[in-house]
Amino acid sequence: MKTKWALFVVHFLIAFVLIGCDKIAVLDPKGPQAQTQANVIWLSIGIMSVIVVVVCAILVFVLVKYRDSKLPKDYEPPYIEGNRVVETIIVIVPILIVAFFSVVTIITNNKVEATPQAYKGQDPLIVYASSSNWKWHFSYPEENIETVNYLYIPTNRPLEFKLYSFGPITSFWIPQLGGQKYAMSDMVTTLHLAADEAGEMMGRNANFSGVGFAENSFYVEAMSQDDFDDWVTEVKETAEPLTEEKFQQLLKPGHLGQLTFTGTHLPFSPAPEGEHAGHNHGKDGPKADTNGNQEHDVHEHDTSTS
Amino acid sequence: MGYFSRFAVPHPSPAIYASMIAIAVTVFLIIAGITYFKKWIYLWDGWITTVDHKKIGIMYLISALLMLFRGGVDALMMRAQLAVPDNKLLDSQHYNEVFSTHGVIMVLFMAMPYIMGLMNFVVPLQIGARDVAFPRLNAVSFWLFFMGAMLFNLSFVIGGSPDAGWSSYFPLAGNEFSPHVGTNYYMISIQIAGIGTLMTGINFLTTILKMRAPGMTLMRMPMFTWASLTTCIIIIFAFPVLTIALLMGTMDRLFATKFFTITDGGMDMLWANLFWVWGHPEVYILILPAFGLFSEIIPTFSRRNIYGYTSMVASMVLISFYSFLVWTHHFFTMGQTAYVNSIFSITTMIIAIPTGIKIFNWLFTMWRGRIRFTVPMLYCLAFIPLFTIGGVTGVMLAMSAADYQYHNTMFLVAHFHNVIIPGVVFAVLGASTYYWPKMFGFVLNEKIGKLAFWFLVIGFCLAFFPMYITGLDGQARRMYTYSEDTGFGPWNMVATIGAVCMAISFVLIVYMIYYSIRNAKKEAVSDPWDARNLEWATHTPVPEYNFAIIPQVNSREAFWDAKYKGHPLFKGDYEKIHMPNNSGVPFLMSLFFFALGFGLVFSMWYLAICGLIGVFICMAHRSFEQDHGRYISVEEIKETEAKYGGTHK
Repeated sequence: MKTKWALFVVHFLIAFVLIGCDKIAVLDPKGPQAQTQANVIWLSIGIMSVIVVVVCAILVFVLVKYRDSKLPKDYEPPYIEGNRVVETIIVIVPILIVAFFSVVTIITNNKVEATPQAYKGQDPLIVYASSSNWKWHFSYPEENIETVNYLYIPTNRPLEFKLYSFGPITSFWIPQLGGQKYAMSDMVTTLHLAADEAGEMMGRNANFSGVGFAENSFYVEAMSQDDFDDWVTEVKETAEPLTEEKFQQLLKPGHLGQLTFTGTHLPFSPAPEGEHAGHNHGKDGPKADTNGNQEHDVHEHDTSTS
Repeated sequence: MGYFSRFAVPHPSPAIYASMIAIAVTVFLIIAGITYFKKWIYLWDGWITTVDHKKIGIMYLISALLMLFRGGVDALMMRAQLAVPDNKLLDSQHYNEVFSTHGVIMVLFMAMPYIMGLMNFVVPLQIGARDVAFPRLNAVSFWLFFMGAMLFNLSFVIGGSPDAGWSSYFPLAGNEFSPHVGTNYYMISIQIAGIGTLMTGINFLTTILKMRAPGMTLMRMPMFTWASLTTCIIIIFAFPVLTIALLMGTMDRLFATKFFTITDGGMDMLWANLFWVWGHPEVYILILPAFGLFSEIIPTFSRRNIYGYTSMVASMVLISFYSFLVWTHHFFTMGQTAYVNSIFSITTMIIAIPTGIKIFNWLFTMWRGRIRFTVPMLYCLAFIPLFTIGGVTGVMLAMSAADYQYHNTMFLVAHFHNVIIPGVVFAVLGASTYYWPKMFGFVLNEKIGKLAFWFLVIGFCLAFFPMYITGLDGQARRMYTYSEDTGFGPWNMVATIGAVCMAISFVLIVYMIYYSIRNAKKEAVSDPWDARNLEWATHTPVPEYNFAIIPQVNSREAFWDAKYKGHPLFKGDYEKIHMPNNSGVPFLMSLFFFALGFGLVFSMWYLAICGLIGVFICMAHRSFEQDHGRYISVEEIKETEAKYGGTHK
């Protein structure tokens, strides 16, 4: 009877693992980074379930065997200080598990913080994704177009998102492409993603940013490079240019639908990187981005040799 | 009216007006009731001016239960709002205020005082002391916490509640994005309560190090005392960081400094770092005493000594040390390099090792024991598997590559509730049932207690396990609503049902207390559970001086040895006992703190300055006061002891 809930917990875990197969966004990856992360998640769920099962099994065994009502009346529990062997085992086994996970985590960290292995060497598509209350602005500097609240991306090509915010800290997240990263007002963070297959996806701000936070999401569509190029051409032919005045209007707090512009806001409202970074004091030299890549241009103030 | 318009709630609703009326009526009824029953003097002499650690402990517990109710109502409102897609019960601003206050209240004004209350009541008894090292300071600590909590709760009806989350990240919490006074309340009420906590840390560290009974070496201390000791060390190192962070935040909000702003060189990431440099150790400030409580209850009801005492102590010391090396895992996604994230991933996972050792040691304590399924023990037994699940999901979150997917989602919400509820809440509920007879002289009703336990455990599983799934499916935390096509609906409905079960459990607990007060046998047994440590060697109710004769300790379980191995616990004769005098100054000083805080919240400088002067006058008064305490005479001790049937030898 008392073991019921223990069984319940175990059952629940099993059900949890089984349900998680196809529909759940994070476990249904559409890109290499999300795939890496889903692998880590499955691996850790697997090993961790074993630990939970072992603990539950010992607990059930102890409760069944040493419950007061089942023991002879004169049974008096012994005084046991501890046992070297047992205590060594319960130290060594967790250390081994943690050591294994440490190796996994170091490898996967470096994977998700770099251009995906499969697409190395390709020219990445750079998108400046900035948030304002409560919208997302996507600037494609090479294509010289900008969208609001929707994102079109080519498949089979590395994507480099440069993230920053025009307000509170937000977090750029497309679960099926990969994990999130913060967008902040005084520096640019870089998120490396890629899409393996065409399709529609949900993207959102995952970090609470005030009243309009719940609706602060955006639509993502991955398409072939050809379709993507067609779309860019079409935008250039049909969309209005983005003026500074228009952009200031867009920044005002509120929600907007999906908008498209030619040109980006970057020329008149540059991203907080390099000399525009919030903490650029002129002498520290170029800031390393999240990769540690020193890819920014050395700017004019950089005269010190340190 | 211009002057008073600042007190208006910026975003009122019927619920807030109803609460205003409810609060007014309750306050009136309390005052009328106390006056009618002529209890003012009893209240002032017996409780408000007391410096007795046992009474202060009980006041902490009562406040904590009240705050559990407030935080629980917040939780129910959130769950009601999220139960179905596109719900319109609360609007966004209200939801934001509700989850912000839920977090602050549950962590700082419910869990903390609950732990502090148990520490206050148990630790001096457990080490064979007559009070804490600085009894007056202890009263100051309690009243500061109490006034901080009251000030924070006032925000609901005067001026508006904080709405930037319990972590209150800047720039969202700055004036630009949170212009009403809510976040002022957050900064200042936590500051006031935090000063009290810091004092408690110093007080109990001194008490434990200096006031143990003769023979009780460090390695003979009971587990809960060890847990309290390590907790105090964490408090002393972590809380000053919070003090400074809150001070900087207050300066930003009230005096337009630029520490955390997004313009003029401010650094919003600095707040996140400072907050979590305190915030992560804070989690261990909660969980270590909870571990200590489990380590008291499990041996008693297994009729065995704790297994692996040395490794239990070592693991707590290691946890307290490592708790300071992991704060970055709260923002793996803030753009550090893979190198930095890897380091903090590994330090975080390392904490799982000592925690795992403790889990196994508890299991081995029950092994070859004689297990009785009492209510406190049931909480321990449910804790082990549920906390293990919470712990292993913690290891999953620690792997930073995968954390990019868990961060800011319901998965994370599920995880931390999965450690805090089975860890801290089960511990304090189990421990209050366990220590109830020592506090009040009767045992709580077992049947209702068990029913409440089952509602809580099943409610917990229903409420939080679905969140793991919706989190992985993309439900971010702190979203006040979601659309139907996300598919989160059914899971959220299950979670809401779970929350209702937990609410029923709370009602049952209150009913259990009420029922037991009316019906339980008031036998005043001093040792109802056949327990093992010194707190049970006292009379029930515990006399003011705790021990007529200071006990002699020669092992880890002196009381057990005295009962079953003939160890002489109380040697020698009665001597007069030195006790501290009561004082109203701590209460008065906290009132001044309250005035100071309220003045600061609304930028009413005259009130703030008056409050501050009052605080300094109280301190000056203490510095020049000649109070050497008083003595309880041998005759009086003899009389009291005779009433309880003599000192056991």
